[in-house]
Amino acid sequence: MAERKPRRGTWRLPALVTLGIFLIVGPPFVSPYWIGLLTQMVILAILAMSLDLLLGYTGLPSLGHAGFFGVAAYGVGILSTTYHASFWVSVAGGLLTGIVLAALLGLIVSHVRDVYFLMITLALGMVLWGLSYRWIPMTGGDNGISGIPRLESHAGLPVTGPIPFYYVALLVLAACSVLMMRLVASPFGLTLRGIRENERRMKSLGFNTWVHCYLSYVVSGAFASVSGVMWAYYNGFVSPTYLDLTASSELFLMVTLGGPATLAGPVFGAGAIVLLKNVMSAYTARWLLVLGIVYIATIMWAPQGLWNLGGRRSG
Amino acid sequence: MTYFIIQSLNGLFSAALLFLIASGLTLAFGVMRIVNIAHGSFYMLGIYVAYTVTARTHSLLLGTAVALVVVATVGLVMQRFFLRRFTSQPLAQMMMTMGFALFFRDAALMIWGGDPFTLATPAVLSGSMDAGGIVFPWYRLFVIVVAALVGVGLWLLNDRTLIGARVRATVDDPEMAAATGINVSRLSGGVFAAGAALAAFGGVMGGPILGGYAGMDFDLLPLAFVVVIIGGMGSLKGALVGAIVVGMIDNYGKALVPELSYFTLFAPMILVLALKPTGLYGRA
Repeated sequence: MAERKPRRGTWRLPALVTLGIFLIVGPPFVSPYWIGLLTQMVILAILAMSLDLLLGYTGLPSLGHAGFFGVAAYGVGILSTTYHASFWVSVAGGLLTGIVLAALLGLIVSHVRDVYFLMITLALGMVLWGLSYRWIPMTGGDNGISGIPRLESHAGLPVTGPIPFYYVALLVLAACSVLMMRLVASPFGLTLRGIRENERRMKSLGFNTWVHCYLSYVVSGAFASVSGVMWAYYNGFVSPTYLDLTASSELFLMVTLGGPATLAGPVFGAGAIVLLKNVMSAYTARWLLVLGIVYIATIMWAPQGLWNLGGRRSG
Repeated sequence: MTYFIIQSLNGLFSAALLFLIASGLTLAFGVMRIVNIAHGSFYMLGIYVAYTVTARTHSLLLGTAVALVVVATVGLVMQRFFLRRFTSQPLAQMMMTMGFALFFRDAALMIWGGDPFTLATPAVLSGSMDAGGIVFPWYRLFVIVVAALVGVGLWLLNDRTLIGARVRATVDDPEMAAATGINVSRLSGGVFAAGAALAAFGGVMGGPILGGYAGMDFDLLPLAFVVVIIGGMGSLKGALVGAIVVGMIDNYGKALVPELSYFTLFAPMILVLALKPTGLYGRA
């Protein structure tokens, strides 16, 4: 990497500003269907950014990242239905489930790299999926858990409907974005990039690379959990499909298609995948076929992601 | 005691299938550093193609042969036109195979539908043997023997032939191997295709018992990965040991604690990783 300072491309800032303005003022003027899509995009954008911390900034390719998302969603689902927990207890429980899980799995995965990391996270992701599928008394198995209350009523908000929910999600996205942007610009974030580029050198400079990778994994899992909590409230329903390999690979593509190590790229990546999935569903039930082709096309023609088209190196 | 022997034989049967599949995965990794997410798809395509051909021709042998050729060709095409251009970019290659895995998964569902099926057991191998109270199906025994033969064959090929020497040289150091005149790119294609065929063979061999069903590709994939992680990536011996460990544990786990079967399987992987991250026989 010769270039350390990101050079701002001419189209990126306008694109971001336009997107920001649209996300804030647009929704009241679009149809309910589009509000639903935008809400999905906003929630999954948090998830995609969380994986970007790990994949883009730390260089750890996780193929089981949907696991945290799904487990947090299950946390909310189980607490709010089976145990009739209050809003904050459900949210905290969901987040905590995801974070504790990340803290545990991180112990296993943090000392392996590259392809080993990939295979182990994939395998662990499958364990979580298997758990959600087979632990029927707790998770409802294949049927999942339905009847999660609406976020607005559960939280006791004075307003209700898709638009208030959308703005809550947007607020959460904004908060998470700021936190993640600060994180990657911090000395900690710089160290992560150092590890990505040359771990041995970082080690000899005295950095404890294990701890950095571990923390990166846990923080990334925590943000994924935030996304999972929101998703559970959005759908009112949790099922094993949230954390299967297809979900993890969709997520992986959001980051890669958008542009790893940019944070903004994965937001657009998430939007593009949600949009494509919903548009294609009008024409064909063969979503995985399309996803597979998009995967191959991305690697062939935009391996650095759309956000990096036009020469800018990611940070 | 009888129970113990029969369960161990069942475990060996799983190990035999896992070895067939994982040996292809580990060889492709050794030569090309590819984590092949589509390896489970090769396994799936193998049994689906064999099923179709067998249904038309009523010849299991022909079905097997066609399945191996078709899947090997698919592997060769993938390697030649899609993977080769991303040499030494493991992440790009992995994503490419992921794309193919998703593609194959949905294409198989589109072509063959989602109904589960099994292949017919060959007539000569139907029934069970009975040795002093130990009743065990002939077919399962046959699979164990076949896998053992394949293992011996692979070992001979790898250790005793010029091709094997080239493969080992490429595993150790692709650049030096290329410098000594080995056509690494052609060798990679061959190994990848052979690995695909081995996975397909595993699918066909397991066909009369495990059968084919929608989603079998992703069901198998983590098992094959665990085998390779335990044994060490790129090592045939590792694939054998890993397959036996995983086959046994999977089988006993399912028999003794069915609710935890998924966990019992991953416990040895976590243990091995903690002690030796490169696997039992892998090199860093």
